[in-house]
Amino acid sequence: MSEQFPFSAIVGQDEMKLAILIAAVDPSVGGVLVFGDRGTGKSTAVRALAAMLPKMRAVIGCRYHCDPQGSAPVCEECRAFKLAGTPVKSHLIPVPVVDLPLGATEDRVVGALDLERALSQGVKAFEPGLLARANRGFLYIDEVNLLEDHLVDLLIDVAASGENVVEREGLSVRHPARFVLVGSGNPEEGELRPQLLDRFGLSVEVKTPTDLASRVEVVRRRDQFERDPDGFTEKWKKDDERVRRSIVKGKAHLADVTVPDAALERAAQLCMALGTDGLRGELTLIRAARSLAALQGAKSVGDEHLKRVAPPALRHRLRRNPLDDAGSGVRVDRAVAELFGA
Amino acid sequence: MTPAASTATAQELRWRCAQPALSIAARHAAALFAVDPVGTGGAVIRGLPGPSRDGWLRHLAQLLPEGTPMRRVPLHINDERLLGGLDLAATLQAGRPVAQQGVLTLADGGIVLLAMAERLPPSTAARVAAVLDTQEVALERDGLATRHATRFGVVALDEGLADDEHVAPALLDRLAFSVDLHPVLVDAAGGPEDDLALEDDLFSLAGWSAADIASARALLPQVEAAAETVQALVSTAVALGVVSLRAPLLALRVARASAALDGRLRVSDDDAALAAALVLAPRATQVPTAPSEPEPNDDTDQPQSPEPEAQSEPPPEDTSEPPPPDDQDESADEPEAEPSVADLEDRVLDAARAAIPAGLLAALMSGCDRRASAQVSGRAGAVQQGRKRGRPSGARRGEPRSGARLNVIETLRAAAPWQKIRHAEAERLRPIHAKPGARALVQVRRDDFHVTRYKQRSATTTLFVVDASGSSALNRLAEAKGAVELLLADCYVRRDQVAVLAFRGRGAELLLPPTRSLVRAKRSLAGLPGGGGTPLASGIDAAAALAASIKRRGETPIVVLLTDGRGNIARDGSPGRVRAAEDVLLAARQFREAGLRALLIDTSPQPQPSSRQLADQMGASYLPLPHAGSAALSQAVSLAARAASGPTAVAR
Repeated sequence: MSEQFPFSAIVGQDEMKLAILIAAVDPSVGGVLVFGDRGTGKSTAVRALAAMLPKMRAVIGCRYHCDPQGSAPVCEECRAFKLAGTPVKSHLIPVPVVDLPLGATEDRVVGALDLERALSQGVKAFEPGLLARANRGFLYIDEVNLLEDHLVDLLIDVAASGENVVEREGLSVRHPARFVLVGSGNPEEGELRPQLLDRFGLSVEVKTPTDLASRVEVVRRRDQFERDPDGFTEKWKKDDERVRRSIVKGKAHLADVTVPDAALERAAQLCMALGTDGLRGELTLIRAARSLAALQGAKSVGDEHLKRVAPPALRHRLRRNPLDDAGSGVRVDRAVAELFGA
Repeated sequence: MTPAASTATAQELRWRCAQPALSIAARHAAALFAVDPVGTGGAVIRGLPGPSRDGWLRHLAQLLPEGTPMRRVPLHINDERLLGGLDLAATLQAGRPVAQQGVLTLADGGIVLLAMAERLPPSTAARVAAVLDTQEVALERDGLATRHATRFGVVALDEGLADDEHVAPALLDRLAFSVDLHPVLVDAAGGPEDDLALEDDLFSLAGWSAADIASARALLPQVEAAAETVQALVSTAVALGVVSLRAPLLALRVARASAALDGRLRVSDDDAALAAALVLAPRATQVPTAPSEPEPNDDTDQPQSPEPEAQSEPPPEDTSEPPPPDDQDESADEPEAEPSVADLEDRVLDAARAAIPAGLLAALMSGCDRRASAQVSGRAGAVQQGRKRGRPSGARRGEPRSGARLNVIETLRAAAPWQKIRHAEAERLRPIHAKPGARALVQVRRDDFHVTRYKQRSATTTLFVVDASGSSALNRLAEAKGAVELLLADCYVRRDQVAVLAFRGRGAELLLPPTRSLVRAKRSLAGLPGGGGTPLASGIDAAAALAASIKRRGETPIVVLLTDGRGNIARDGSPGRVRAAEDVLLAARQFREAGLRALLIDTSPQPQPSSRQLADQMGASYLPLPHAGSAALSQAVSLAARAASGPTAVAR
């Protein structure tokens, strides 16, 4: 597929777009899970993200595109350079958005013996897999609920540790694998295992728009894009550029956003009211609110930010309450309304 | 093969006449699909293998340009064949990785045929759907990372007969056409369609030629559609309750193909109407309300008389295909008088409404769309992986321990790349005085071991929840016990499990944890005491909890609740009908929320409306069995338990 549908041309689905942008500004929010109806542009949005991301600086020749500056963990080679004080050359590369296709085998995900060199030269060399490619970027799994169990286990492990370890017959490699896990799927195809669910910082429910005007607009834009991808992309270039700028600004601005005690308290109150498990919910809530504030150019996190990010940050962390017929999103909304006085 | 040989015997002729003719819709679908296989995604062909299906496929093949690849995907295809992978033999021989392409890559520019598509695992359907979306095969397998562009249309051969057998929704959503080839006998004809069909040679199936298709293909990129057309198609989809936005988009492409096939550069209202009839009508989940039109009332009255569930049976001719309005307009040959958007919308909607299959219409009318339920319930959850029995589903790294079986091919595949390295190492480590030449041909190490993973349809656990309270105990408990025993024998044959919960006095008690043991079950049932109050809410709670834990184990629970439907003990064990009723309502709603399959058997001497209500609240099927013995009860349960899956799931 040569052309990607422009991000800003996606009709509606504000929560999904926002969640993706929040994760783009602050990857530490954790992954984004997009669950919902068919044909709502889930994968379109994620794949369109690649074009929105500002380029990043990476060490030339490094297979894990390590960051030349900063304190983030780097691969063994880069660490050696760093310790030795050898200056490294770096260049700007696009942030990787890596697709994990269905049917991928474990060896391609974690990396394995370099087939070509092993067979032709008899050399034992490591061929990095998708986790290496996704380092410092995004790993996208469409139909995440159909992923094979052993791959899910593996991803959970790596997503938690930020490091991929391959041990096989003297092939001993560990490399950083910090990525934003983005998953999408349709709940009708099967539920997600709770452990994996928990790995996603934000969870978004997407629904097909119900009003006629938006529906017509979705079909019309899709059709226009298919008829003339270049012209359509050109038409949306400005809007896409605006989104890109907001990400760049948000990233730059993120460190300056303050989180007042009042906001921390609010977040804690909200999580307590909803009875979410563990501290992860609060942490994600605060981070997501901060990222949103940065995206909007606000100086500090306020109620409006918390309100906006509470549903995606918390809805998948609620214990199932059978007494309540309402969906988890509604319950979050209700708690928010109660706490913030609507 | 010349089926249309001119010298046909009388018997042959008779046979021909008994053969179903391809309906106009089926031919239209084939032609429009041939014009734009990639854009329209493909077609679901419903019907058993037979002359009409072969006829349709042959018709399609004739319309497609010569040399168009048609690749058949067998049901249990593995990823290596579907997507591609490492060609082990060639790799070892060549001493370098040699990739082999999968069926989806080889089908580029052609058609992928999915055999027995109703049984296609969701995982395979998702792979095909992903390739349809991205138009490339992204391969990350066996040390290979390649991308192959591939564009194809899909023909899914759906042989589903039962209500719960359907093509995976992910695939259905992406295929524009749905062609029903269930036999419609020619001599039962009467509709205008069959008259037309009879005019044609039954076997030539012509109408359009390959040349027509080729010129339509050339024209297609320039065909324009007005904004009103888009609007009309989208609003028709809404009126029919079609949620996915892929449907109107596919309809739009079909309308374009229709215009191109007709040699026009602009989508006409007829094209839109046709597209709505072909693409949107089969997806209808509701019958559109038509203001100020008597016609749909006729539609609604007629199909209700045939049994609503006879979806797969040939519908009576007169109701199945009312004359499409677009045909009428065509014949009237009216000049196009600048119709307003509203007019166009009405027209497209009419066309679609007229084309809703009669069986589906009846099902929609009766409020029980089995199709939708099957989609919602999703068979994905009912399959468990990693067991030691069942159908092989790939391999994973691991040692052949605790019964796991070694997968030799995968093990060799894993070992293959290392051979050169290992031989070199072995050579180096060989003691100097050891004899050379004793080296193994293929060096396999423990790291290479791969074991086969199996996929198995998970076991069903039938959970009996027996009301053992005083009111029930008197008349029903013995029968219930007998029925459970009989069912147990039945379940034993099917390798299903059974569990028994009883509730009486102040709460519920698990008499029999899920088991396959007939003996244990009998023993625990024999000791089932009766009498006391009716803590119905607690019974339902306990059933929901146990069913949830069964579900978590990867098995499919079916709850069979035997009660007279009147609780008199609240959840906390306190007596009182009012509190108890409130609790029952809550418990029933929770139960429903959990989305469990259930069957409520009303055991009271007189069927109670309250029981029926309870069944509704629980999302359970309802079965009154006032005077039935154990045998009848058992039979009813085993029938109903299997049917119970549908309505429960609809509720969610």
